[in-house]
Amino acid sequence: MASLVSHPDEVKVVSRRFGQGATNIDRYLELDGYKAVQKAFAMEPDAIINEVKNSGLRGRGGAGFSTGMKWSFVPKQSAKPKYVLCNGDESEPGTCKDRLIFEHDPHAVIEGVMIAALAVGSQTGYIYIRGEYRYLSIIMQKALADAYARGFLGKNIFGSGRDLDIYWHGGAGAYEVGEESALMESLEGKRGIPRIRPPFPAVVGLWGGPTVINNAETLASVPHIILGGAEWYAKVGTPKNGGTRLFCLSGNLEKPGVYELPMGYNLRKMIYEVGGGIPNGRELKAVVPGGSSTPVLLPEEIDISMDFDSVAKAGSMLGSGGVVVLDDTNCIVKFALRTMKFYRHESCGWCIPCREGTDWLEKTLTRFHAGGGLKKDIDNIQYLSENMLGRTFCPLGDAAAMPTIAFVKKFRKEFEDHLEGRPCPFERAGAVEQLPVLA
Amino acid sequence: MPDVTLTVDGKKLTAPAGTLLIEACKSAGIEIPSFCYYPNLSLQGACRMCLVKIEKMPKLQTACTTVVTEGMIVTSDNEEVRQARKSMVELLLGNHPLDCPVCDAGGECELQDMTFSYGAAESKYMEAKNHKDEQQWSPVVFFDRPRCILCYRCVRVCGEGMDVWALGVQNRGVSSIIAPNKEDHLECEECGMCIDICPVGALTSGAYRYKTRPWEMKHVGTICTHCGDGCKTTLGVRRSDSGMEIVRGDNRDKSGINNDFLCIKGRYAFDFAHHPDRLMQPLIRKNGKLTPANWEEAFELIGKRFAEIRDHDGMIGVVGSSRITNEEAYLLSKFARVVLKTNNVDHHRTADFPALAAALSGKPDSTATMREVYDAPAILLIGNNPTDQHPLLAWQIRNNVRLHRSRLYLINSQTIKLGRQAAGFTQIPAGTEGKVAAYLAGDDAAVEAIITEKNSRETWNALREKLRGEQKLVIIFGSEIRGNDVAVLVKFGSGVHGAKFVCLADYANSRGAADMGLYPDLLPGYHRVADTGKFHDEWTSIPATTGLTLPEMVDAAKASKLKALYVVGANPIGRLGLDPFLFSKTFVVVQEMFLTETAFMADVVLPAANAYEKSGTFTNTCGDLQILKKAGEVTGTKSDFEMIVRIADAMGFDVHKLVPFGAGERTDMGQSRGAQSGEADRHAVWLEARGLEPKMSPLEPTAILDEIQRLVPGYDFSRINLLAGNDQHTTLANSGPGAIQKPELIVPANDNLFSSGTLGRYSKALHSVMESRTQQTSEVAAD
Ligand SMILES: Cc1cc2nc3c(=O)[nH]c(=O)nc-3n(C[C@H](O)[C@H](O)[C@H](O)COP(=O)(O)O)c2cc1C
Ligand code: SF4
Ligand code: SF4
Ligand code: SF4
Ligand code: SF4
Ligand code: FES
Repeated sequence: MASLVSHPDEVKVVSRRFGQGATNIDRYLELDGYKAVQKAFAMEPDAIINEVKNSGLRGRGGAGFSTGMKWSFVPKQSAKPKYVLCNGDESEPGTCKDRLIFEHDPHAVIEGVMIAALAVGSQTGYIYIRGEYRYLSIIMQKALADAYARGFLGKNIFGSGRDLDIYWHGGAGAYEVGEESALMESLEGKRGIPRIRPPFPAVVGLWGGPTVINNAETLASVPHIILGGAEWYAKVGTPKNGGTRLFCLSGNLEKPGVYELPMGYNLRKMIYEVGGGIPNGRELKAVVPGGSSTPVLLPEEIDISMDFDSVAKAGSMLGSGGVVVLDDTNCIVKFALRTMKFYRHESCGWCIPCREGTDWLEKTLTRFHAGGGLKKDIDNIQYLSENMLGRTFCPLGDAAAMPTIAFVKKFRKEFEDHLEGRPCPFERAGAVEQLPVLA
Repeated sequence: MPDVTLTVDGKKLTAPAGTLLIEACKSAGIEIPSFCYYPNLSLQGACRMCLVKIEKMPKLQTACTTVVTEGMIVTSDNEEVRQARKSMVELLLGNHPLDCPVCDAGGECELQDMTFSYGAAESKYMEAKNHKDEQQWSPVVFFDRPRCILCYRCVRVCGEGMDVWALGVQNRGVSSIIAPNKEDHLECEECGMCIDICPVGALTSGAYRYKTRPWEMKHVGTICTHCGDGCKTTLGVRRSDSGMEIVRGDNRDKSGINNDFLCIKGRYAFDFAHHPDRLMQPLIRKNGKLTPANWEEAFELIGKRFAEIRDHDGMIGVVGSSRITNEEAYLLSKFARVVLKTNNVDHHRTADFPALAAALSGKPDSTATMREVYDAPAILLIGNNPTDQHPLLAWQIRNNVRLHRSRLYLINSQTIKLGRQAAGFTQIPAGTEGKVAAYLAGDDAAVEAIITEKNSRETWNALREKLRGEQKLVIIFGSEIRGNDVAVLVKFGSGVHGAKFVCLADYANSRGAADMGLYPDLLPGYHRVADTGKFHDEWTSIPATTGLTLPEMVDAAKASKLKALYVVGANPIGRLGLDPFLFSKTFVVVQEMFLTETAFMADVVLPAANAYEKSGTFTNTCGDLQILKKAGEVTGTKSDFEMIVRIADAMGFDVHKLVPFGAGERTDMGQSRGAQSGEADRHAVWLEARGLEPKMSPLEPTAILDEIQRLVPGYDFSRINLLAGNDQHTTLANSGPGAIQKPELIVPANDNLFSSGTLGRYSKALHSVMESRTQQTSEVAAD
């Protein structure tokens, strides 16, 4: 179990019950649990959707799409059953927030799924949990069983005359399955490969039925919005970016950890005040602001408001909330290589540019980092990444290309320092096996 | 839905709503490159080759998954698009072995073509390539893993098209790999569709790999010689010591009734033609032993003996084949009547066409084409197991259900694989197919025989009602329905709006053998020998009494009454398990490719060419007429056509009266030019279009085609269409009255996917597959 951190600037909404024993259903009920869903019962589905829309809640899975808007796309009438899916596949390097929610407040996720189901008229929900989070599945399993035992799930829930079933499902260890359509394939028992869109999940999703899919944090925020009201929630953040967000601070920081901060919190403050700054008197070198897929920011670029729009304006993305801080002892080439290793390993292999591109980039970066690089490799790395960008079947290819392009563009000098058989300037002598220089 | 108007590269196009952009472009002559897209298979969006620019979309879009919309503005060829395609090819080549010089696909490879088109000629890649070893998956399917570009065509054609689902993808990312269903090998229908559809040389054919380079072959489009379905196939031929060797069979010409399809036999089982046991010289029995002889000697002997026997009123029997061409079957039928002066003519019957002709007399448009089986809104199949016995028909049915949602009603005593496509499967007690026909036709009492635990009277009633309510129902039946049951079934069909029939026979030209009158009581076109009419006028002097059936000839031989037996491409002794000494007092002449049981006891054996080695026509089980082109050639053999004419000549008969040759321009039709005639014989098409006559010799089968077209009802087809390689449907509506004959003479061949009568016995490819099966079963049993 991860120990919890805190900072006075935090606004605890989703993390309110962390450390309070809320995995216990009685404790959860004491802490206002399952009140929101009962309130939602009294609301028209459209009213729920409007409330979520007005709260300014945007998807916490990475893309930041308006949650209320997404729900409103689900057709009212459908011949096929509708589904609500909770995406708990959390695998983006640098991101470790959903795991805390599952660990400390599983019922909040269940309650969020329930409200979403009421809003879109679904009777079945699935909570998909990352394969490596086996221990969290056990917590979720118990939470679901307790909710069933209380009559909160199953037939005639809360005596409302409505039926609702929620199941949990474990992944098998694939980052790609966090992509919404691949997740649906996986749930259906197939290989985790994304689907062609359109049609979009809201119209044709799981088993061909209209489907809402949201990140675990997104769904866990919903009960708070229903109870506290859209206006309150929206005001916590900035215009168009309502509420709070769990930021996962990691890397070279004094006090790394998951902090719940209002949307729009300043990145510099986040690093130097909330995260306690860089240890050992080192200098800041780079920040990855939203998980490994997002382009790196230079120290002079960090005076920004951490909301979806401002980070996009700065040329990167708020992404999944994983803020990775690098000090000046880090080799960017090695960091780029480590990142590419991940994507090469996680590429599902369906489409040419991502499958072949990540393999090629990893091989080139490996050789390059080991001192076997040529000048034209630098251009090649950029050329390859640019030719992957926007042309892959799903965004994983972009996720591999975008950060790579930024590394080359912003740290070209450092790439050049590795050229012509020179050992990596950041490695102790002999730490990297030297490769012969290719002509 | 109304048509949609869009603009591609400044050109205004219209396409039906719902059309994929890639198809709309194709129909306007704009080619969008693709690897993973394949018409009629599910969409993948995997290769990203088809990226195009669509206005108002920030990213390039895949044309293979985009449906056209009104007002869409598309750019299929600009710098950005070309660069995208180029980089895809570059990425693919990064890990591709580039062993083009030895690759089977070299010269006909889509990856080579794309590289050529998009110029990814300069390699940016200098990392070590990922290697994976080549694998043999079955005797006929090899997988060269590094060459695979993961377009998933093979996976889909095997699953969606064949309903076999033997291929899948294993691992992920750059380690992704196509894998067979049984760990390291395949257990499947071995159709080779996956090989044909592979755009590169990853899947290769055990029969062809490393044999030759594509450009060293001539490609001849002809018709498969195995089952009765009549697939068009392209044979790759190459010069060899003994003539022209067929080295490959595939389906690159997709214009045939089989479209993409070929089964294992059509694709691999041409190899019987070059079996070392092939006869290449006439044999004459001398001092009790079959001894090599020359052709003149053989024809002289046969001519002399046949004439003597005929002139002394000795009994002569003629047995024809279901694998000779229409021209040969017609000629043989005529030869027997006119030259040998006998009606003792028969062949191996596998379906009751005379009964069908009788039942359909005067009913135009009542037989379905093989193409219609793919389009019909509803199909009723009684008996047979097409997956084994009629692979193309099974493909048509399966894909009709998949792509056009046709309703398939199955009635069978066995659970057959097509049950997976059936809207309704009704199992009946063995041998009650006739009762089914009777019940459907309105005989309520017949239901007693077909009521089972599962199927009550009500079930049957509901089924009959449903069938009666269908429109354009295609009714397909196997040899289980024969004799009077055929007429009964036709009676039922008459009550269904637009119903058509298909009667299933087993060999490549079973239908032709029947249509051309290889019967003791029927002349070509199902005219009775006893009736007078145009054949009597033209052929003159046809014996009036019905001749002997094959079993009757056997009985006559037993009684020492049969003086001569002329067997053209058949093996009655082997098939019927007869005592070879039965014919010791009979002068037996056999035209054969191999020393079969029948040839082995003959007095004269003449080495015959097979259907891949001659021109002519075949009629498939549906009645679709198609042209054969000469592809292979084995020195020392002759076509049955030529041999029949030569025997007539040796008997002193005026061959002009047998084959009306010699009129018009003196030029030939490719019989002698063989493979050089190309896929469609353009020369012949040209002659035909100008009304020039191609007949120059009595050995030229087209000479008799005129007579067939003139005299055989249903065969008045367009000659120019035939020559151009188009299939044409013959009808039974105007046939002679046919006859209800002895239904017990109909004996299905019971070939399965991997067997094909005598031909199959001499096919190494089929053997190797069967052997691998038994090995595997014993291995499993040993576990
Ligand atoms: C490669 C890839 C991996 C993803 N992984 C996750 C994930 O682990 N968790 C998640 O919530 N969303 C993930 N997403 C985003 C989802 O596709 C989807 O947008 C999200 O679940 C929607 O929820 P939201 O609107 O609440 O953010 C991933 C997307 C991609 C392309
Ligand atoms: S970009 Fe292509 S290969 Fe990569 S994960 Fe997505 S679909 Fe798979
Ligand atoms: S040979 Fe035919 S059945 Fe076998 S794997 Fe290939 S496509 Fe499938
Ligand atoms: S084996 Fe051929 S058809 Fe199959 S995926 Fe590979 S390249 Fe495509
Ligand atoms: S289905 Fe029949 S005609 Fe077609 S390839 Fe197979 S054996 Fe030949
Ligand atoms: S053809 Fe369109 S992605 Fe392959």
